[in-house]
Amino acid sequence: MTCLPSQSGKKLGLVIDLDTCVGCQACVTACKEWNTGGHMAPLTDIDPYGGHVDGVWFNRVHSYEHTTEMGGRTVNFPRSCLHCETPACVTVCPTGASYKRASDGIVLIDEDKCIGCKLCSWACPYGAREFDTDVGVMKKCTLCVDRIYNDNLAEEDRVPACVAACPTSARHFGDLGDPQSAVSQLVAERGGVDLMPELGYRPTNKYLPPRAHTTRAASVAAPALEPVRAEGGFLGWVDRMLSN
Amino acid sequence: MHPAFSVVFFTTATGAGYGLLALLGVLGGFQIIPLDFWLGFIGMGLALGLIVAGLLSSTGHLGRPERAWRAFSQWRSSWLSREGVASVTTFIPAGLFGIGWVFFGSSGGWVTVAGLLTACGAVVTVCTTGMIYASLKPIAQWHSRFTLPGYLIFSAMTGSVILNALLQGFGRGSTAILAFSLLLVLLGWGWKLATWRYNDALEIPTNANTATGLAGGTVRTLEWPHTEENYLLKEMGFRIARKHSARLRQITQCVAFALPVFLLAATFTLPWPFATAASLLAAIVQFAGMLVERWLFFAEAKHTVTLYYGR
Amino acid sequence: MHGSPRGANSAPSQRPLADTRAPDEGDGVDTSPDVSDSIAKTTCYMCACRCGIDVHIKDGKVRYINGNKDHPVNRGVICGKGSSGIMQHYSPARLKKPLLRTGPRGSGEFREIEWEEAFSIATERLSAIRRTDPKKLAFFTGRDQSQSLTGWWASQFGTPNFAAHGGFCSVNMAAGGLYTIGGSFWEFGEPDWDNTRYFMLFGVAEDHDSNPIKIGLGKLKARGAKVVSINPCRTGYNAIADDWVGIRPGTDGLFVFALIHELLKAGRVDLDYLLHYTNAHALVVQEQGAADDGLLVRDGDGNPLAWDRVAKRPVSATDASAKPALTGSFTIDGRRCVPVFQLIADRYLNESYAPDAVAERCGIAADTIRKIAAELAHVAFEQTIELPIAWTDWAGRRHETIKGRPVSMHAMRGISAHSNGFHTCRAIHLLQVLLGTVDVPGGFRFKPPYPRSAPPGPKPAGKTVKPMTPLDGMPLGFVCGPDDLLVDEAGTPVRIDKAYSWDAPLAAHGLMHTVIRNAWAGDPYRIDTLMMYMSNMAWNSSMNTVETIAMLTDHDGEGNYRIPFIIYSDAYYSETVPFADLVLPDTTYLERHDCISLLDRPISHADGPGDAIRHPVVEPDRDVRPFQSVLIELGARLGLPGFVDDDGSAMYRDYADYIVNHERTPGIGPLAGWRGKDGTSTGRGEANPDQLQRYIDNGGFWHHDFADDQRYYKMANRSYLDFAEQMGFIPKAEPIVFQLYSEPLQRFRLAARGHGRVLPPEGDRQRIETYMDPLPFWYMPFEEAVVDLEKYPLHALTQRPMHMYHSWGSQNAWLRQITSQNRLFVHHRTATGLGLVDDDWVWIESINGRVKGQIKLIDGANESTVWTWNAIGKRRGSWGLKDDAAESNRGFLLNHIIGDQTSADAQGKRYSNSDPVTGQAAWFDLRVRIVKCAAEEAGFTEPQFERFQQPPHFVPSPDKLTFGAEFRRAREAAE
Repeated sequence: MTCLPSQSGKKLGLVIDLDTCVGCQACVTACKEWNTGGHMAPLTDIDPYGGHVDGVWFNRVHSYEHTTEMGGRTVNFPRSCLHCETPACVTVCPTGASYKRASDGIVLIDEDKCIGCKLCSWACPYGAREFDTDVGVMKKCTLCVDRIYNDNLAEEDRVPACVAACPTSARHFGDLGDPQSAVSQLVAERGGVDLMPELGYRPTNKYLPPRAHTTRAASVAAPALEPVRAEGGFLGWVDRMLSN
Repeated sequence: MHPAFSVVFFTTATGAGYGLLALLGVLGGFQIIPLDFWLGFIGMGLALGLIVAGLLSSTGHLGRPERAWRAFSQWRSSWLSREGVASVTTFIPAGLFGIGWVFFGSSGGWVTVAGLLTACGAVVTVCTTGMIYASLKPIAQWHSRFTLPGYLIFSAMTGSVILNALLQGFGRGSTAILAFSLLLVLLGWGWKLATWRYNDALEIPTNANTATGLAGGTVRTLEWPHTEENYLLKEMGFRIARKHSARLRQITQCVAFALPVFLLAATFTLPWPFATAASLLAAIVQFAGMLVERWLFFAEAKHTVTLYYGR
Repeated sequence: MHGSPRGANSAPSQRPLADTRAPDEGDGVDTSPDVSDSIAKTTCYMCACRCGIDVHIKDGKVRYINGNKDHPVNRGVICGKGSSGIMQHYSPARLKKPLLRTGPRGSGEFREIEWEEAFSIATERLSAIRRTDPKKLAFFTGRDQSQSLTGWWASQFGTPNFAAHGGFCSVNMAAGGLYTIGGSFWEFGEPDWDNTRYFMLFGVAEDHDSNPIKIGLGKLKARGAKVVSINPCRTGYNAIADDWVGIRPGTDGLFVFALIHELLKAGRVDLDYLLHYTNAHALVVQEQGAADDGLLVRDGDGNPLAWDRVAKRPVSATDASAKPALTGSFTIDGRRCVPVFQLIADRYLNESYAPDAVAERCGIAADTIRKIAAELAHVAFEQTIELPIAWTDWAGRRHETIKGRPVSMHAMRGISAHSNGFHTCRAIHLLQVLLGTVDVPGGFRFKPPYPRSAPPGPKPAGKTVKPMTPLDGMPLGFVCGPDDLLVDEAGTPVRIDKAYSWDAPLAAHGLMHTVIRNAWAGDPYRIDTLMMYMSNMAWNSSMNTVETIAMLTDHDGEGNYRIPFIIYSDAYYSETVPFADLVLPDTTYLERHDCISLLDRPISHADGPGDAIRHPVVEPDRDVRPFQSVLIELGARLGLPGFVDDDGSAMYRDYADYIVNHERTPGIGPLAGWRGKDGTSTGRGEANPDQLQRYIDNGGFWHHDFADDQRYYKMANRSYLDFAEQMGFIPKAEPIVFQLYSEPLQRFRLAARGHGRVLPPEGDRQRIETYMDPLPFWYMPFEEAVVDLEKYPLHALTQRPMHMYHSWGSQNAWLRQITSQNRLFVHHRTATGLGLVDDDWVWIESINGRVKGQIKLIDGANESTVWTWNAIGKRRGSWGLKDDAAESNRGFLLNHIIGDQTSADAQGKRYSNSDPVTGQAAWFDLRVRIVKCAAEEAGFTEPQFERFQQPPHFVPSPDKLTFGAEFRRAREAAE
């Protein structure tokens, strides 16, 4: 059903810390690796060893140079489905293949219903959906719906593959509908933002802005160094210190 | 947006087909155009043929066309589904009207009702097509007040120009219909110019800053997540050079509007068979011009995902 | 959650949902699919990091690999390469069978042979060499993680010509550290991530210890500690620094000296620390022209002396009760001497090291330098930390707390890959030590088995090379003076790579990058066989690729190859395979045994030693064998001592058998865990036949956690030193004294002045005098010093992308999608000045040649620096790539234009393009200019090379990959 659920019990999503992401691509390939054998398997790669290689991925990391009057910074930027609260990718779907789960807010595709019209990818401002030309259906991030509830995994492993992999702890997961949850607290504390809020999709995933070149940046209030005031200059100071 | 031929042809052909169908439904139903088996047969055949060809072409865009029937299910939320439902539903009154009007040679009564319902169905279908595009917020050039009227105007325009050619071809040309189509072409031209002007001046609040959440200053792409073009770039990252686009706009103006205006105007003065030839030519030339217009409609539309790629 | 969360990503915001029962959504999604039939815990080999991995096996195939949460290296996280291991394993570029060359060398024409034939060819050849002149075998390995085996094999064979790839990797860091503090950055130490407040990163965007550094950076960010990066490029770790300092390449030493200058001037150095843990108070002879000028003053037992400023007499520098002077000038036995610290103060207080004096050359504002110096001082001295843990130092002094200065540093390749890298590395260690931040809470910490004495023993073996005779030690080691060099009477190098010769006296890792040229030139002599493992010397691992390829295929006058025979082992059809005469196909890391040994490069943590194994988790589906087992069999067939029993039969079945049963010294073998017949001993003990199983049961690794009082001040911590002695890390539980002043270097200098038994040839004397300075100094990188800087105004650097670092990324279907073409990154202003715009194609020209590539404009780089991703450019016909692959059409290799030799000196001598102290390849000295290419030249890279033929039975790479579909099919069939 492509009408949106009237309310979802939970708003599961990711929080991505742009201040910490070093752009290592760990989340990207961990996602690829899990999902190419997972719920939407396979994530087909066309021409994998040739000049026009083109594969299906659910998570991509861009890099940007952000320059403000306070300075410049290189920002690594992971991009994946934001599991929006009002996702037009769902409502535009003519077949009911695209849907938002009422219970946890995850936006999914029922592959058996997908006719591959690609309209959902047009409706997504974020480029979260990628078409598998080999299978003829649209594919997308499942928020690892086959991990987070998976009885066959140890309980501690029931988090999205990207969150488990991230070496710098730049990725967080939880219920963003619960203001008391750890992720909601993190977003509040760090001033997490929505992407393209003006379009009104109300993304669930949040991004924590970089701290460098802001008042939040780590800094050391160090007074300027003064030459030692001792007879004999520095060497005199050494002697005095050793005699003490 | 990538101007896939299947979709370009689909929207152009169904637009013309539904335009023609609606006009036949109303004008035939009310006997404004005369009863004539071959005129009716060819007219209805042409309208339905364009529609069917367009719809078939659209399935060429599908990854799994064998499942196309599923597209009728989500009419409550999806304009594409509504389009599917409307387009197919319209075949019911259209079929009845066609049987009554063409084969029974009758009008009035249930045939008129069927004709009117056909016209309504056609208009609704074109509206749903327009809304598919107009509803897409990530594409500012489409998500505008120009899109839906544009689809309706171009549908009526191409339909009327074809109808006029048909009538002329059967030697049953009507000055009123000729004038009507000429006016519609002028309206279409004006609308297209206004649309382009609007799009060229469009100030889109969505930019690389809001796309990345990085406030203030400039956000410049350093590296893509992949070296080669992927689905997103192939489907939505289509780029057209400004020079190229300006040239195609000129061609559109010339072929879709100026030439048809000239030919239709000439039809007023030319004797048979030159009038017929001019009208036929106007319809053919305009259809070709509208394919260019529709190609540009896609090619000039910029999807927000391109912001992530610095395109 | 039950129990406390494991692993690095275990913050409350990274844990599973409080209730992980699947909600009743009714959408038919299988939220609990079966993941794997079994999970094998082994060690990753996608780079040098050696993380623990859980390999999920489903239906006999690798379904999924994730990080092992218990593993001390990665604590559950995994990098972009680790997750792509599947594609490495199932790569179409994998070799299938031993190959014997049939066509001309370099063509790629081979025939498949059986292993028996391969062994007999190799055995016949090598045994002839061993019978006549063992050094005619040069055995060099690349990304070898079994150097304790390969080095020992070379030693038993009797050839000194062995090294791994450290010479062109980062030996400056190893040598700089080991000669100074008895440890090193690399992966041999780490910042105290939990306590540091100020972290300085020099020349690192991604490198060794990759996941630990990333985990650490995550911790710093979470705690709000300050990160300062010194790097010409603002990528990777530098992207997230609070302050990025875009230094000009090769000037880090100057920058560090300016910091030292500021700190000294302000009296912000830790005098107590210097007195306790360094040779700052040791006395240095100051008698110009004397044979002992610049050596330490020693007592009759050879102990360095200091001057007791209270007793006013010389005392042993290690006398804990003395009050040594740090400054002044003294006379002992009529000879003038001064403390090391006096020399340090004299040198670095000089105004030539003031921020204002160096700012322009470094491309850093003097105020920035002053600010960083002030911050370092503030954090080190005003934000000291004290852990409430009592410990006892080597002298028996009990300390009630562990005091720390929370400034930490890390440095690697950007420092290392310059011809001045050794001294720059020493400069950074000097800065760390002056601040009192080495192995203290919040500072830089050693990972056991480090620290070792500076430098550690033993010395390199190879002084005498005799037929049928093993060397009297390992080929690689640490020299302490000219007497230890491997040179003959005339000063000619003993080793083919000229390591431990006057060209590169402290070449602790050898000089693999010189082997092909030297073997080709017969300088110092001709060899018979070059055996290599896992190193792409015909492509991205060599400087001056074009000439290197020519040397590999060059003939003497009589139609023989100048390098007569090449044996190469690799798992993939790399650019080097076609140049081999005999190819020994290796397995992947998922198909073999390995040990990550404390004898080699362990996976220890600063809080305790560890080692690990690999074990086969899938069966090879082809006729390939692990190189280590092949080497052991070859050793047995050659009858090498240590590889055969008294009756001449093979001592070890294979590498697994060797790992368990080999003992380097009694009780000490490749693995430290579960030793002894019953597996209860640690470190020392008899071989345990069940050892590998014990490792497997423990998740593939062994790790020992230190007691709280052993964790810091390891260089002087009695409890730690006792442990280290017992484990065999150090020969005796004696303190490790940091060598701020390096006496071994001075011994070389004295030789250059004509003192001693082993003297440098006349032509080398000035070079030795200049560069073997016992205190760190800065000099202009060699290429910069000789080229016309107007003509070649730009520095050119390379770095590996994070997702390919130390990996073989190009045949990996996933990783190559991320980067299959490298661009040359050029600063906006630089490009504007040259009239260049984004996407232009340019010639990148150096004094050594030119290469063509496409540019990308950038802001985050030093303006005088251009850089690119390294080893993306590939040669057509290699790595299973198709002919239209971007790697061989648009990607380029900067190596083509990096010279492998310096310009000729006054005597016409050309040295290797390397650091004069260690022989470290000076990749980053490169100077270039960029010129927009003609319109018809745009769109493709040059130079181009002939396409390699494909080996027999090579299946063309597929047009489509649907990896994983089979798992889904199986799941759905089961439903």
